Amino acid sequence: MSPPTDGSDVYAAASKNQNVPSPRPAPFPSHIHLPGLRPGLDREHAATTHPSPPHRTTFPRARGRFPSPRAADLPSLSPCKPRPRPPATMVLTVAATAADTAEPLNSTFFATRYVRDQLPRYRMPENSIPKEAAYQIISDELMLDGNPRLNLASFVTTWMEPEVGKLIMDSVNKNYVDMDEYPVTTELQNRCVNMIAHLFNAPIKEEETAIGVATVGSSEAIMLAGLAFKRKWANKRKEEGKPYDKPNIVTGANVQVCWEKFARYFEVELKEVKLTEGYYVMDPLKAVEMVDENTICVAAILGSTLTGEYEDVKLLNDLLVEKNKKTGFNVPIHVDAASGGFIAPFLHPELEWDFRLPLVKSINVSGHKYGLVYPGVGWVIWRSKDDLPEELIFHINYLGTDQPTFTLNFSKGASQIIAQYYQLIRLGFEGYKHIMENCQANATALREGLEATGRFDILSKEDGVPLVAIRLKDSSKFSVFDISENLRRFGWIVPAYTMPADAEHVAVLRVVIREDFNRSLSQRLLADINRVVQELDAHAVHAIKMTTAIATQTGEGAEDGAVTKKSVLDIEKEFAEACKDLVKNKKTGPC
Amino acid sequence: MVLTHVQSDEAAASAAVFASRYVQEPVPSYELGEKSISKDAAYQIIHDELLLDGSPRLNLASFVTTWMEPECDRLILEGMNKNYADMDEYPVTTELQNRCVNIIARLFNAPLGTGETAVGVGTVGSSEAIMLAGLAFKRRWQNRRKAEGKPHDKPNIVTGANVQVCWEKFARYFEVELKEVKLSQGCYVMDPDKAVEMVDENTICVAAILGSTLTGEFEDVKRLNDLLAAKNKRTRWDTPIHVDAASGGFIAPFLYPELEWDFRLPLVKSINVSGHKYGLVYPGVGWVVWRNKEDLPDELIFHINYLGADQPTFTLNFSKGSSQIIAQYYQFLRLGFEGYKNVMENCMESARTLREGLQRMGRFDIISKDDGVPLVAFMFRGGTRDGSLAFKLSANLRRFGWIVPAYTMPANLEHMTVLRVVVREDFGRPLAERFLSHVRMALSELDLAAKGPVPKMRLTIELGPARSADEEASVRVVKREAVSGHRSVSLVTGKTKGVC
Repeated sequence: MSPPTDGSDVYAAASKNQNVPSPRPAPFPSHIHLPGLRPGLDREHAATTHPSPPHRTTFPRARGRFPSPRAADLPSLSPCKPRPRPPATMVLTVAATAADTAEPLNSTFFATRYVRDQLPRYRMPENSIPKEAAYQIISDELMLDGNPRLNLASFVTTWMEPEVGKLIMDSVNKNYVDMDEYPVTTELQNRCVNMIAHLFNAPIKEEETAIGVATVGSSEAIMLAGLAFKRKWANKRKEEGKPYDKPNIVTGANVQVCWEKFARYFEVELKEVKLTEGYYVMDPLKAVEMVDENTICVAAILGSTLTGEYEDVKLLNDLLVEKNKKTGFNVPIHVDAASGGFIAPFLHPELEWDFRLPLVKSINVSGHKYGLVYPGVGWVIWRSKDDLPEELIFHINYLGTDQPTFTLNFSKGASQIIAQYYQLIRLGFEGYKHIMENCQANATALREGLEATGRFDILSKEDGVPLVAIRLKDSSKFSVFDISENLRRFGWIVPAYTMPADAEHVAVLRVVIREDFNRSLSQRLLADINRVVQELDAHAVHAIKMTTAIATQTGEGAEDGAVTKKSVLDIEKEFAEACKDLVKNKKTGPC
Repeated sequence: MVLTHVQSDEAAASAAVFASRYVQEPVPSYELGEKSISKDAAYQIIHDELLLDGSPRLNLASFVTTWMEPECDRLILEGMNKNYADMDEYPVTTELQNRCVNIIARLFNAPLGTGETAVGVGTVGSSEAIMLAGLAFKRRWQNRRKAEGKPHDKPNIVTGANVQVCWEKFARYFEVELKEVKLSQGCYVMDPDKAVEMVDENTICVAAILGSTLTGEFEDVKRLNDLLAAKNKRTRWDTPIHVDAASGGFIAPFLYPELEWDFRLPLVKSINVSGHKYGLVYPGVGWVVWRNKEDLPDELIFHINYLGADQPTFTLNFSKGSSQIIAQYYQFLRLGFEGYKNVMENCMESARTLREGLQRMGRFDIISKDDGVPLVAFMFRGGTRDGSLAFKLSANLRRFGWIVPAYTMPANLEHMTVLRVVVREDFGRPLAERFLSHVRMALSELDLAAKGPVPKMRLTIELGPARSADEEASVRVVKREAVSGHRSVSLVTGKTKGVC
């Protein structure tokens, strides 16, 4: 067999469907080279006297447009120069070689035509290109993406040990839902569920299996949990003969956008507890007040997205127990521990927020946040079987045993689940604890450094998820949006955003501390923030001086023919406002 | 020495994996371990356990891609830590996703002008895609009913009984009644006439399948469209069509370009396709494309501003890796129309080899069609009498490493037990021939077992001492009993869900 030519995927090569070894007689003995013929000629000779099998079309366009510099076209080449391919395989590959003759075989990527061809944006290209070229084109374009490691906007894990990389690549072609075919992967998933359930103090006995499922992320987890609450509530209402068409859910206004999504897609009303300045989490008192007979659950957040603060789940539980008793409702609690679920058990083991509280019926946690796995894995755990209505579960038989499944997605890679199991057994309780302590310490150092500049108020709490949220003490000259924009020049991605309803005048800058954000990086960030602040100071002074001196034409004005003159400061103000507006609308935001 | 003495744990951590204590200690399966273990040990423990999983390449049960070029593996590994949901931070990845949507929409002949962007989204798989499409239909139907002042609490959806389980899921989770068109012997896909008959004013859409999971057959979407158009005209309903092209969406445009199943038909409002099936990408990517903006109710869309441009999103999942999206773009760029066509033609060719080989054995009836998705579904000739034969064959093939599922057909055809082999791009002629020879071997084993147990006798004998010097020791048979020697074959039966 010929080696795969660079014009075709091994499996797209026309020769694949030939028998191996090929039963077709070779056109002439493979070891005899016909010395009298020019290399180009003997190829043509072979092609005419032994018509090749009906091959697929190959690269006719490439050939036509780009005269190929193959041997036949270069008469100066010595005829006895060895051909790149032994003649025996020639007939088989003759169709495919048209591809590589379109480009010199040994040219570097940047010497090929692919560098100047336009990329397909709207239509699939007509022809194939070599894999090296495809790799290079895409990888070059991706350089313009932000660097994930410097992305301080997101909790999502960006670094893992190289050993996991190996495990991930080994299992990237395994389909997680083929439980029948990959029983060990399924088993690993079940082990992860058990470990996490125990970590959250689920009331299950030793060796009893927990109820939970791996998801793509906390969004799926929350939708599953919400669906279970909705169905349970509807069943109860049906039994009581009461209407069940107006379910609602009570949360703080600081919830992640996926709650809003859940509400909208599954037709549940979202009742948000408004925030107030200085208090950026859900107030349990107000939340319990909002609960009525149609409330399917109250969702508390362990690790608010905005400030990293834990909500007081214990107080919520106690108040709700009382209310349930008084009214005869049976409103449960869901804890969205997407970011805090892998922190509280290690750093604040005495904090009661999990299944120790009787009303907490389900908890979700993101494996790809402080579970320390690359994006694509979340978990949802139920207190017991009774909290998950049976009609939502689909049963799959696998290897004779029954595997209940409850997911919104079906086929997906198994890598992330295997990586989660790796982290759990590799790190153990001790390892997770050390990492979280490191994160906490780095967060403290960063906070102190920022406080020391005297320009910022710190909004995040010392306990909670390791992040630092700050606001400018004086934002008359420039805003946190300007800082965010300028930090990008150094490579840092630090998002600025306004708080939700009722506190929306507060604009904050948020830095998430992940395990891979070490002390030296945090010192460099501090230095860069200082530098940006000083530059903005200087610039603001400069701009005021120039206010009346320079006027600029704006693009807007040009459109309707009129020319508007605006000062630099005006434009900057406008820009800052525009930025604010943009981010205000960005309801989905940080994750 | 003193140092290593103190840190004996560290020493253990640096010892060769199989010389360390981790090989002896039980693996934590219910609770988090107290202590950390070394990364080599963790790697080895998991890696070794995973050896017991089936080999994905030999898994003929699934359409899901198990092989990609090493160059693409590199891109995947590099994109692993990028969160697809951070559109603000990773604009190029977002752009690649949009390009894929545009390419797919045009492949499906969406009515778009040059340079016009298509409406669609990358998903985790066809399940998410179907739920999104279904949700859009449901919302659109509700809005229309509300506007007409009619009740909107009993939506239903019409499909064939051969749909994938995710339609059932959609129906149950989003509270839509699933009306299934029953199958009949010899016709294993939805009958458009029956389907259109079942449509009523509460029908949010009819879902047609391009590439039935069971037989790979394409449903007649054109006829469905014509019948439904006539019915819509008569009743003034406005029932649309969704095409579930999870497996066929990347086959029909290349092999049957003249077949009308896509946006060329006016009632087809949305199409989903699995990138991880014949889109030739590792699992975790699907696509759903809408005909145009009006078919996707605005209230379902969440808007994200990214780098000043508005990025509408409509997904059920949020954070996920971007590797698969990048890999999909790699395949489009790398293979182009020509490459996809060649791959699909090769698959069809392998399927033909396989089909002919199986037919030659004279034991099977082939129930898959020549056209359609490259798979071969077959059942034992006269297998309606003994469905367990298929399960036995499936179990026997597993010993060779092949994973070939046997399953019973859906309602009305439960008596049929079918084996299905999916031909993916990495299942070439050599593997196909090897597979055929293994089927032959497995069959002969089955035949052997079917002849019944080898009769066994148990003789109890008594040895007596020699009575005289010239006589040998006497032997007397005390008891003669027949022993039943049934070989038990454990069956994996009743797996009706889950082929994907």
